[in-house]
Amino acid sequence: MGEGQAARWDGRERHDAAGIRLLASPGSRRHLPTRTPRRVRTSRAGPEWRSSLAGIEIDDLSRSFPTIDGPPLLALDRLDLSVADRQAVAIVGPNGCGKSTLLRCVGGLLAADRGTVSIDGRIVGGPDPAAGIVFQEARLLPWRDVAGNVGLPLELAGRGRATRDARTAELLALVGLTEFATSRPHQLSGGLRQRAAIARALALGPSVLLLDEPFSALDALTRERFGFELLRIWSRTATTILLVTHSVPEAVVLADRVVVMTPRPGRIAADIAVDLPRPRQLSMLGSASGSQAAAAVRAALGETTGEATIEPRTTEPSPADDAGDLRDPLAGVGRPAWFDPFGREEGR
Amino acid sequence: MSAQQGRHRRRWSSALALVVGAAIVLVAWQAAIVVGGYEPYLLPGPLEVGGRFVTGWTDGTIAPHALTTLQEVVLGFLVGAALGVPTGVLLARSRIAAQVLSPYIVAAQSMPILALAPLIALWFGTGLLSKVVICGLIVFFPVAVSTMVGVRSVDPRLIEMARAFRATRNQLIRQIELPAALPAILGGMRVGATLAVVGAIVGEWAGADRGLGVLVNLARGSLFDTPLMFAALLTIAILGVALYLVVVAIERRLVADRS
Repeated sequence: MGEGQAARWDGRERHDAAGIRLLASPGSRRHLPTRTPRRVRTSRAGPEWRSSLAGIEIDDLSRSFPTIDGPPLLALDRLDLSVADRQAVAIVGPNGCGKSTLLRCVGGLLAADRGTVSIDGRIVGGPDPAAGIVFQEARLLPWRDVAGNVGLPLELAGRGRATRDARTAELLALVGLTEFATSRPHQLSGGLRQRAAIARALALGPSVLLLDEPFSALDALTRERFGFELLRIWSRTATTILLVTHSVPEAVVLADRVVVMTPRPGRIAADIAVDLPRPRQLSMLGSASGSQAAAAVRAALGETTGEATIEPRTTEPSPADDAGDLRDPLAGVGRPAWFDPFGREEGR
Repeated sequence: MSAQQGRHRRRWSSALALVVGAAIVLVAWQAAIVVGGYEPYLLPGPLEVGGRFVTGWTDGTIAPHALTTLQEVVLGFLVGAALGVPTGVLLARSRIAAQVLSPYIVAAQSMPILALAPLIALWFGTGLLSKVVICGLIVFFPVAVSTMVGVRSVDPRLIEMARAFRATRNQLIRQIELPAALPAILGGMRVGATLAVVGAIVGEWAGADRGLGVLVNLARGSLFDTPLMFAALLTIAILGVALYLVVVAIERRLVADRS
């Protein structure tokens, strides 16, 4: 507790120092407090103050992870971000910049070390029905059919069979999977599986849809189509979208805003508005404002990766899984493979 | 169409292989008797054993013993499996439970059941209960261990997914961990099913008035009917194979449609 207090008083300086020293020499930070994950529910502003605000409000969010042989790794450093209701925001950044950590904090899967996340004015204190998550892999249960998978959140929430069936049918129709209701996940293509995952995420009628590189397991063509499929679903469900992606064109075509993050410690480097009309089309990438936005994102990314190249490799660069692996959310740090316009994701 | 034909042919050829294999074994058995000149009380021929097997079943010598043993095996298996699965989940998910319980479970398992059987017969009598206890003990270990391994190796990403949709601890076990671990659990049950038969026979030797183990002893000792002994052994083997096949069939029904 006392340690937590100390971190609150002079946290900024320590974290900055941590960041800089991490770049210089990874072994010289033993005096830093070892942070264990804990929930800090206090907020400077207080929840009632903005209870009327819909959307996502991230306030002063920090999160670090213990490392095996060294000081904790600061994944998010006092991050502020607000996403307006029904806005689509894409988060891009090099591997290990804390994108997935951010998404998991918003979804309530990870507790913040400090700071708060609120959805629709309520502070997130754990997995929240207001947030539906789509992961990098579809993560469907192989022993259930598609309808059973889509209805899983309803079942877990204790909804009755009739409600469940009606809602599941509705969701399957929304994502265009009605004819596959009784198929098993392994019988579906990657794109269809991911659609089922989106339907599942929407089951409890969340106001926020969180997508953690949902396209990265798909091939390039499917990926392109799937992006527009997502936009169509979005337009019909009226959710706020937070999308983590590696692809700049994807981010520009899909989002209203593109947030570029820096690695270690994870901070926001740039917040670029995409001024394209909706419905979006692929050709808009070539338009003046489209290419302008893409250029701005690339420029911001260039700065962050310029920094990344002088980083020492403290973590082993494991293949493309900074999103999937729970135990080491920062695996893949130091791998500047983010430059991946529309596909060809390495690894998976 | 052609795939179906292929499957058909494969099924026929595997049946043929089975028959040919059995024929070779029987011929070798008979040849050993002819060449070695063994007396029937030492090694009866396959025809003699087959005949005794049939008469044993028709005159009601084997049936009551087989039924008793079957009952012991099935009950013991169910008890052992019913205790093994929750224990395996506990061992997988609670570090303290694993540390406290593992030594006893492993020690109990490394103790030969043959040495324990007289004690169990002393405690639980010579009736059904002592056999169920022995079978349960012997089935418990493989089921518990395979459940533990299965639950531990559940994809953590599925668990995270379920957590994201606010699964409770109970829901996590019932909806995610147990179904995901089911192939491993059934693998343990396969081993358990065959061990249960061994447990029942051992239990009967330690003290019983009915059962295939008793029949083997009777045939050897008081009746001096070696062909009957062979027929009883054959019944035990058939029982073991049948139980194993039942577990395999259940396994096929439950997990074959996953990939």
